[in-house]
Amino acid sequence: MKVTIDNVQVEVEDGTTILQAARKIGGKLVPPAMCYYSKLKGSGGKCRTCLVKVAQSSAKDPRPMPKLVASCSTPVQDGMVVQNLTSPEVIEARKGVVEFLLLNHPLDCPVCDQAGECDLQDLSFGYGMDETATEEDRREFPVIDIGENIKLHMNRCILCYRCVYTAGQLTDKRLHGVMYRGDVSEISTFIGNAVTNEFSGNVIDVCPVGALTDKTFRFKSRVWFLKPMNAHRECSKCAGKTAVWMFGNEIYRVTGRKDEFGEVEEFICNECRFEKKDVNDWIIEGPRHITRQSVISANHYEESKKQSVINPIEGTMEIQE
Amino acid sequence: MKNLTNRSKIVSNKKMSFRERIYFPAILGGMRITFGHLFRRKTTVQYPEVTREFSDIYRGKHVLKRDDEGRERCTACGLCAVACPAEAITMVSAERKPGEEHLYREEKYAIVYEINMLRCIFCGDCEEACPKEAIFLTPEIVKSEYQRDRFIYGKDVLVEPADPAKRVDVSKRQTAKVLEFKKDKRYKHNK
Repeated sequence: MKVTIDNVQVEVEDGTTILQAARKIGGKLVPPAMCYYSKLKGSGGKCRTCLVKVAQSSAKDPRPMPKLVASCSTPVQDGMVVQNLTSPEVIEARKGVVEFLLLNHPLDCPVCDQAGECDLQDLSFGYGMDETATEEDRREFPVIDIGENIKLHMNRCILCYRCVYTAGQLTDKRLHGVMYRGDVSEISTFIGNAVTNEFSGNVIDVCPVGALTDKTFRFKSRVWFLKPMNAHRECSKCAGKTAVWMFGNEIYRVTGRKDEFGEVEEFICNECRFEKKDVNDWIIEGPRHITRQSVISANHYEESKKQSVINPIEGTMEIQE
Repeated sequence: MKNLTNRSKIVSNKKMSFRERIYFPAILGGMRITFGHLFRRKTTVQYPEVTREFSDIYRGKHVLKRDDEGRERCTACGLCAVACPAEAITMVSAERKPGEEHLYREEKYAIVYEINMLRCIFCGDCEEACPKEAIFLTPEIVKSEYQRDRFIYGKDVLVEPADPAKRVDVSKRQTAKVLEFKKDKRYKHNK
């Protein structure tokens, strides 16, 4: 099946969604996603950030779709023409979506541990406005502990349901879900039950905002002061392939390895995440690549494949691969 | 070989003439310049008896502000440190305990906040990056010291006194637009 997204053509299998097709192309034209997580079944369709315009439904039916569609849950059709960044309508809609997501999201980025690697921060920086149209107070909840090592700031939650799917799919016994409806809905462990499953820590990684954070890393440092390194260890429960965030020779926190779309490559167990904070526990492979756009790249330098050399005959500078 | 710069000079070792060899005209020329300066307007002042006029927004020693209730504003977000081009700022954050609400404004605060004044270039980027109006530069000069380690200023030097009479006034450093924004009660942090 041939799909055209922002004038780039790509061949995909039947049944793929527009978002997956865009991710296959990669780069800037991939719509942002706050709730969709390719590793979690049933996720997506909630946050509406991935809205795109379908300018041509298929080769057979060249009419455009009447409304913007959520690219994470719309399957492609042969000959479909999709507009993401090339459509001003989409940019405008996304601006509105950001405003809605921020309606109840507090402005506590200076305090929040997620700041610097937060999807909502990136999204509002990319598409949002710098002021709000509402005067109402944001909803407020007390900060609670979910289990021993996870802190829940319900204030910051955008109700993407990723953590609920993680708890339901990754672990055999779900003790964690969403209570109530609409404006008052909140993430909760059922009747105060702690999440004790060995993989429960992954809800921290899937959370696009700072609602679920690591208690062992709470207020320890800011992510841009740390250096993410690929590391692995022998683990009986998970693959043991993680990213350790180091400050000097100390490990401040352990997370899964996130790919360019902010999704972890492999889920890791709680033992790796919360208990192994000693350098000797890990075999460090090397620094992880950080994109230039990220604040984490500040003061982190990567060896460039290009190098400048002085040509001795001409006396000029040249760049060599 | 092509020159890498256009400022290079070719050094010659040519023989001096008689006039150059007796040096006397050259000495006189030098003296004229030296004594000429004696009668010019002085470019120095007798500090500390005399001080120069400072701009209202002179960028000198930093201050960590407290809010109206005397609580520290800094929440150790680290934006000043990441904005600092000289990497002069370091900090360690801590969680506020119950009962410390009168000391720190937010649930997180800086337990250690250090500025290395030897590294600092007084650019004011920290002031600009601060989302909490916590750090400001003041017209106070950083004093000279004999030991290098005394230039690392901690919270004991940087945080302004809690006594309202001894507070550092930074209102001149804020534009009219900022002061106007702070009056807008629609925003929770202005309440």
